[in-house]
Amino acid sequence: MQPIIEVVISGLLVGGLYALIAMGLSLQYGVARVLNVAHGEFIMLGGMTTWSLYMAFHINPLLSLIICGPAALALGYLLHRTVYIRVMASSDSPGVFESNSLLASFGLLFIIQNIALVVWGADTRAYSYLAVPVDVAGVLFGANRLLTLGSALVIGVAFYIFLARTRIGKAIRAAAQDPTTASLMGVNINQVLALCFGLGAALAAVAGMLISMCYPVTAVMGIHYTVIAMIVVVLGGLGSIPGSFIGGFVLGLIGSIVSYFQPALTLAAYYLIFALLLLVKPTGIMGR
Amino acid sequence: MRTGRASWVRLRTALLWLVLLAAMATLSLYASAYTVIMVTNILLYVILTMSWVLFSAPTGYISLATAAFFGVGIYTAAILGEQLPLPLVILTAGLASFCLAALVGALTLRLKGVYFAFFTFGLVELIKYLLLWYEVNITGVRGRFVVFADNFTIYYIILGILVALLLTSYLIRRSRIGLALQSIGEAEDAAAHIGINVSAVKTIVFAISAVFVGAAGAAMATRWTYVDPYMAFDYTYSFTAIAMAVFGGLGRFEGPILGAVVFAFLRELLITQFAYVYMLVMGTVLVVTILYLPQGLVQLAQIPLWRKLRGKREPA
Amino acid sequence: MNLLEVEGITKHFGGLAAVSRADLQVGEGEVVGLIGPNGAGKTTLFNLLSGALKPDSGTVRFRAEDITGLKPHTICRKGVARTFQSVKVFGRMTASQNVLVGALFGDRSGMSAKQTGEEVAGLLEFVGLSAVAGVPAKDLTLVNQKRLEVARALASKPELLLIDELMAGLNPTEVAQAMDLVAAIRKQGTTIFIIEHVMKAIMSICDRIIVLHHGEKIAEGTPQEIATSRTVVEVYLGE
Repeated sequence: MQPIIEVVISGLLVGGLYALIAMGLSLQYGVARVLNVAHGEFIMLGGMTTWSLYMAFHINPLLSLIICGPAALALGYLLHRTVYIRVMASSDSPGVFESNSLLASFGLLFIIQNIALVVWGADTRAYSYLAVPVDVAGVLFGANRLLTLGSALVIGVAFYIFLARTRIGKAIRAAAQDPTTASLMGVNINQVLALCFGLGAALAAVAGMLISMCYPVTAVMGIHYTVIAMIVVVLGGLGSIPGSFIGGFVLGLIGSIVSYFQPALTLAAYYLIFALLLLVKPTGIMGR
Repeated sequence: MRTGRASWVRLRTALLWLVLLAAMATLSLYASAYTVIMVTNILLYVILTMSWVLFSAPTGYISLATAAFFGVGIYTAAILGEQLPLPLVILTAGLASFCLAALVGALTLRLKGVYFAFFTFGLVELIKYLLLWYEVNITGVRGRFVVFADNFTIYYIILGILVALLLTSYLIRRSRIGLALQSIGEAEDAAAHIGINVSAVKTIVFAISAVFVGAAGAAMATRWTYVDPYMAFDYTYSFTAIAMAVFGGLGRFEGPILGAVVFAFLRELLITQFAYVYMLVMGTVLVVTILYLPQGLVQLAQIPLWRKLRGKREPA
Repeated sequence: MNLLEVEGITKHFGGLAAVSRADLQVGEGEVVGLIGPNGAGKTTLFNLLSGALKPDSGTVRFRAEDITGLKPHTICRKGVARTFQSVKVFGRMTASQNVLVGALFGDRSGMSAKQTGEEVAGLLEFVGLSAVAGVPAKDLTLVNQKRLEVARALASKPELLLIDELMAGLNPTEVAQAMDLVAAIRKQGTTIFIIEHVMKAIMSICDRIIVLHHGEKIAEGTPQEIATSRTVVEVYLGE
């Protein structure tokens, strides 16, 4: 019984992180239609900045969220307004825009990663925060890990409410469904798209902060998480944010099960699922 | 006479290429070992770039898997280097890459481009982790030793692979398949409806493009005496190929070659001391090119011609 | 034997039935029109016939052969070609090259290079585009792009040509020219199934008209019968 509880709860803990990073990518692709391969770099920035703030000023990671989150939001917003909007203007079809924005993101990936390498070097960094064991149904977990799950759930639910209830949230959903009509109805499309991109980056940074609480971080950690985010987004259904949320937990659970037997094969397992999805149901769990 | 002039231009271009080829082929006679190594590196990047261009430029399906095929090539050489003679190793590496690309293509190219981009992006990580697991659990040793080959041999193999690639590229461009590729890139639905088996064409060309990358990987591996998954599977190979191609310009045949030569040369200057700076510059160049010079470097060369065309063009 | 036989064809998107249990036939040599208000499912039906979409249920038979759910390129090679509502020409290729693609890939009769060249030139002349043969397709006017699509489709030597809105946005002269083109295509033996909104044109060139509404076939008959049908009039006025 105990291994099962351990595997399930571990899966949920990791799944929460996956859900966050996937939701961020889903926002950026689903609404702003940007294939942001640099997504993981924002995760990395969130993690590394939190580490720096903790080591330099002993700032509580949860507090540094108040710095990192809005900073990432602003950075993402600005990036969209300066880079992606221009790409959109010079692309004469949605297909061309997807390709060009993918290439631009690839460029940004290397810019951000190499700036990070210059600032932080290539070493692995870690700090200890809330590493106190907590007993959950007879199994011990670090309080920091439980906190990541709690945060992911809170943020996920808050985000859902934001999309469903607030005016901006509705504007975002309108823009995702039909940008032309939305802009005719008075939605400032460019702002909404940039906001979505920024929110995606903010979610990534928050995830990075949570990751840094439990695991070591490095300047080159981004790509691994980008790959996972991509798989979750496909699993949940391209463009579906609730799908990404659910998909994150599903993949987390699968990863936890595989991890019990062969920890180093989790990515391979994810890719197997990826391949199966493409063969059988590319539209994913909640595919549009 | 128009036709006459066009033939003269073609003849002149062909002659230039032949002269260049002759100079390259005799390099070992007049250049130092250091120069040969440097030129080999530059030629390698031309291979990576032009392989990527072969498939991704006409179709618009962005492949991020170049590094994966390169790594497959490297590891093929590492694994088979002691059992087989070098030429066979190179061929096997090309074949292995072909099979991998065909598999990936068959799986993803039936679907929208975003799936292809996602799948190829993660391929490098996936193979890296698979190999690491294999090495930890099965062989027990991290990394492998590679059979050594001297610099001149490597140079000629790389030159040979490049010539084969450029010929293949050129022939495909001028053939039916090239026309099919272009059609797919312009309007894939229409292409399918006019009798082109779009999935098959895409998969085959993608697989062909991978051969040269794999072969080049095997050739270069013999220069490093020791390789491990982290060295072999490195995203920067995918990245530099794309950045060089976009910077050079995808519209013309020579564009990516130019981009590759410029940046590979720059790399030779910066890579030892200023690796991060070089990468930063490349990333910035890629973004700036997409934003402000979408047709790449060759666009600059065409400005007078361009203006003339734009001035007179009315819908006909 | 009918050239095209469609039985019970259905396609859902989400919960909505875009096409619902449609039955229809097109006889060899006929010109059949497909009309209906916007959103009636006409283009979806064409997509189901040409292989662009797989139906949820129902069958499509071409020359008594079941072609339901086959890939577009296979259906093209069997003798069905189409044009698109939103024009899909190969923009950066010339008009000649566009037609050439059709001749090279859609036509299985295996002509020599010289014959193919003549075929392409002939088709361009047929649709009236000889003067702009060397112009990139994206620089052509919309009218000419539509003509180019027809030429490209004809290059594959189809027995059945599906035309999806040839006359949208054309002035009266251009509409008359388009009607002449359709008549000329019919004259050379190609069966035509055409979606059109320009009523006058459809009424005068079609042997039969099928009316679609909310994905269902609601009427079928000669232009005369359709023009006087109360059901049809209501459907159009009610929109």
